[in-house]
Amino acid sequence: MHVPASPASRASPTLPTLLAVHDLVKHFPGERAWLGLGRPRNVVRAVDGVSFAIPPGQTLGLVGESGCGKSTTGRAILRLVEPDGGRVTLDGIDVLMLPPRELRALRRRMQIVFQDPYGSLNPRMTIRQMLAEPLVIHHIAAGADAERRIAALLEEVGLNTGMARSYPHELSGGQRQRVGIARALSVEPEFLVLDEPVSALDVSVQAQVLNLLVELQERRGLTYLFIAHDLAVVKHIADQVAVMYLGKIVERAPAGALYAAPRHPYTTSLLSAVPVPDPQAQRDRIVLAGDVPSPVHPPAGCPFHPRCPHPKKNERCRTEPPALREVAPGQLAACHFAEEPL
Amino acid sequence: MNIWNWVALSGAVVLALIVVGAVRRRAGASASGRRFFRHPTAAPGLFVLAFFVMVALAAPLVAPFRPYEQIDIDHLQNHAPSTRYILGTDPLSRDVWSRLAHGARISLGIGALAMFVAVTIGAAVGATAGYFRRWVDTALMRLVDVGLAMPRIFALLVVVALWDRIAVPVLVLVIGLTGWFATSRLVRAEVLSLREREYVAAARALGARPSRVIVRHVLPNAAAPIIVSAALGIGNVMLLEAGLSFLGMGVPSPAPSWGNMIADGWSKMAVAPWSATFPGLAISLVVMALNAVGDALRDALDPRKEAV
Amino acid sequence: MTEPPEPSPLLRVRDLKTYFVTEQGSGTARAVDGVSFDVRPGETLGIVGESGCGKTVTSLSILRLIPEPPGHIRPGSFIEFEGRNILTLEPKELRAVRGNQIAMIFQEPMTSLNPVFTVGDQIAEAAIVHQHLSRAAARRRAIEMLQLVGIPDPEERVDHYPHQMSGGMRQRVMIAMALVCHPKLLIADEPTTALDVTIQAQILELLERLQAELGMAVMLITHDLGVVAGTADRVVVMYAGQVVEQASTVELFARPLHPYTEGLLASVPRLDASQQDRARGRLHSIPGQVPAATAWPDGCRFHPRCPYAWDRCRAEEPPLLESGAHTARCWLLAEPQRRSSPVPLPPPPQP
Repeated sequence: MHVPASPASRASPTLPTLLAVHDLVKHFPGERAWLGLGRPRNVVRAVDGVSFAIPPGQTLGLVGESGCGKSTTGRAILRLVEPDGGRVTLDGIDVLMLPPRELRALRRRMQIVFQDPYGSLNPRMTIRQMLAEPLVIHHIAAGADAERRIAALLEEVGLNTGMARSYPHELSGGQRQRVGIARALSVEPEFLVLDEPVSALDVSVQAQVLNLLVELQERRGLTYLFIAHDLAVVKHIADQVAVMYLGKIVERAPAGALYAAPRHPYTTSLLSAVPVPDPQAQRDRIVLAGDVPSPVHPPAGCPFHPRCPHPKKNERCRTEPPALREVAPGQLAACHFAEEPL
Repeated sequence: MNIWNWVALSGAVVLALIVVGAVRRRAGASASGRRFFRHPTAAPGLFVLAFFVMVALAAPLVAPFRPYEQIDIDHLQNHAPSTRYILGTDPLSRDVWSRLAHGARISLGIGALAMFVAVTIGAAVGATAGYFRRWVDTALMRLVDVGLAMPRIFALLVVVALWDRIAVPVLVLVIGLTGWFATSRLVRAEVLSLREREYVAAARALGARPSRVIVRHVLPNAAAPIIVSAALGIGNVMLLEAGLSFLGMGVPSPAPSWGNMIADGWSKMAVAPWSATFPGLAISLVVMALNAVGDALRDALDPRKEAV
Repeated sequence: MTEPPEPSPLLRVRDLKTYFVTEQGSGTARAVDGVSFDVRPGETLGIVGESGCGKTVTSLSILRLIPEPPGHIRPGSFIEFEGRNILTLEPKELRAVRGNQIAMIFQEPMTSLNPVFTVGDQIAEAAIVHQHLSRAAARRRAIEMLQLVGIPDPEERVDHYPHQMSGGMRQRVMIAMALVCHPKLLIADEPTTALDVTIQAQILELLERLQAELGMAVMLITHDLGVVAGTADRVVVMYAGQVVEQASTVELFARPLHPYTEGLLASVPRLDASQQDRARGRLHSIPGQVPAATAWPDGCRFHPRCPYAWDRCRAEEPPLLESGAHTARCWLLAEPQRRSSPVPLPPPPQP
């Protein structure tokens, strides 16, 4: 269970780790020239060397805007898309090297909840069928025992057991999302990837589902990778936060430190851009110029430099990509001027 | 036609009406069912199909004569329609109506079975190509390209010519095997989009094998284009069979099929049109009904229409 | 204390009711059920609510963009813009208002822009139709507008197609299209919901700037309380097809009177919450879910989810009651002593 020591993983040397990701890479090739035989052009470097570790029972919030690679990271960890490089270990087991049969067995220990409550449930299956399927696949239970488990799961996520007979289109968005959570829990996982689980829900329902997730984590001792773009939501649930930009992590720190004293200009800009429901909170909004760049042609040097508002931005930023390094105890940032944050 | 035949025939009509009524009532409960019946030709089409199916099933009851029976070769050749022989007799003095009723079994049967073969193979190939992609997809789709480029009727003629008298099951198989290509393209397109759905990813994340994912998650949601192409395809197959039989290469005489009935009556078209016209009319009616139903099904099953 | 007379409102909506006939015999969906508010010249009015509250239908009704059937604006509804009754305008007069005096921008810039026309053509169209400019003049106008909304290299971009632009840029193009005729009122329906948060900040800043420069009123529809807090002068909160609270922004956030507003404000995870508040604790959440528009509850529509509800709430639907310039549709304004004793609700069915 030896995860090679690197600046990134030295951050928490004493805590045990349930999930460790090291230099994860996923590229999506564009079209190939020469009728499909040449080298691919326009490669999308969706995940470009991402590393982090999550201790058991904790939550890592992975935040970023569209195109930053956070969803792809979550799926790559579960091998729903096959990574092109790096290492992923769950409880010491090398996930990426597992042959299909062992992988299938390992899937019991790590699951995923998706963003879209409308697309993540098969419209032609009843809730009961959806929750029974994992029990069948992994030979966990059958018959009356399965029925009992299904009823227990529904109750645990706050749904009426009578809903087992319903089809997804008969349920509301919040209810469907709860079914998605129940489905993930049916195999009794230790680790859950939550891919924007509340982004598609109304405000009042968001709060309910977030509360449920916190409760479940406490009750079952779950470890979460919480992927989101909403920094306020992440603040509520995460112990650690990692900020992604163009496929790389630009800052990673315990939640308290990140929100109180961000070290990377992107994090600072992101935090200042979030609208706060308080008309009297006068904040200096940093409004970034330019668009969120495309991961096909990332800028040279620091990926954030074209939009970076840091007053000390210079030639070095344009040419030398900054390494993710420890700037304060437990806090890492990839910026040449991380010691002088905005 | 004796009185019992008339009773049986009216029974078939009534049953067909009852079936359509029952379907309509059940369909009223769902949005897709209502969309189906919004087409003015859907209900009549359904009735025509139900009627002919009833006739085919009850052929011995509605037909006064046996289909092979040459009633009176000297005096009853090409007899015009009358109360005894309601659709007349053919050049071999066989009762046209009886042959039509029995021929329904063969023509409809071949249509349905051949389409079933085609749809099954097409769905399997399309789903495999769409789900696994890469070289599997490329290989299978090149095969489909060849199949689509092939002129079907000539290929069939060549194959059928290998037999002197082709057995009906073999004919079904041959027509089916040459007709799955379009369906496979349709299914592949549908599967390509469905495999990106999150519930498919969820099933994979749960540890489902590809076979389970395809069978339980992808195909049921791809059913719509399969059903529509099946409904429309049966009509095509029936026309194909009729064409082959007309050319003398299909269902062998004396077994009646609507196609070979046209062939038999063709020579007397000018003086005794009934032997060729009535089976031709039957084919036209059924194919039109299938097209109407297929069209209405396409609208009914269109998932985009589910959006409010 | 005398106050200067208020300028007459730019837009007056009184008792707007927009109903939809549903297929299944589930009855009529009363999406907007008696909504009244004003928009004053130059102000930003925020309309806040969750999905199903009727805010989008309200905005579409103002421009009479509701498909009829299945929808229809009930008689008895009144919409007046600059003194003219919108609901009785002839089609020709209505067309002269749309895009010209009142403009609208939508949530999804990709589907609101026509993919087969250049952005220049689409912006110029409004100028050609309403101001009868020549094609050349309209094109110059389009380039001006692109510049106004902050798109770099406007002379080049004017010939680009929507798919060549990012989401943020497309939204700017939409804003340019809407503003080409200097409308007096801009209706913005969730203009930033589909955008990344840094782009959202850009667009909101742009809208603020343009509003100041052009002196126009903005009706901003959103579900995001943070956006409203930062940009609106006054806020209207909608629930179940009705206005449930109306106040100046500062008042609303400082002293929410309606339990729904209270609940919403308490259940939004906040960036400015301290770490102790959080302490992995529970967010306040409003129990239950938004009812269906075909079956609004009797009495006060919020009563099944309200911690304060008592018999009167179940039986009688409250009108909008006043507390100074701040109004709320709640019996608590008539019986404020009840506010100190919220009654525990029986556990409602979970959403």
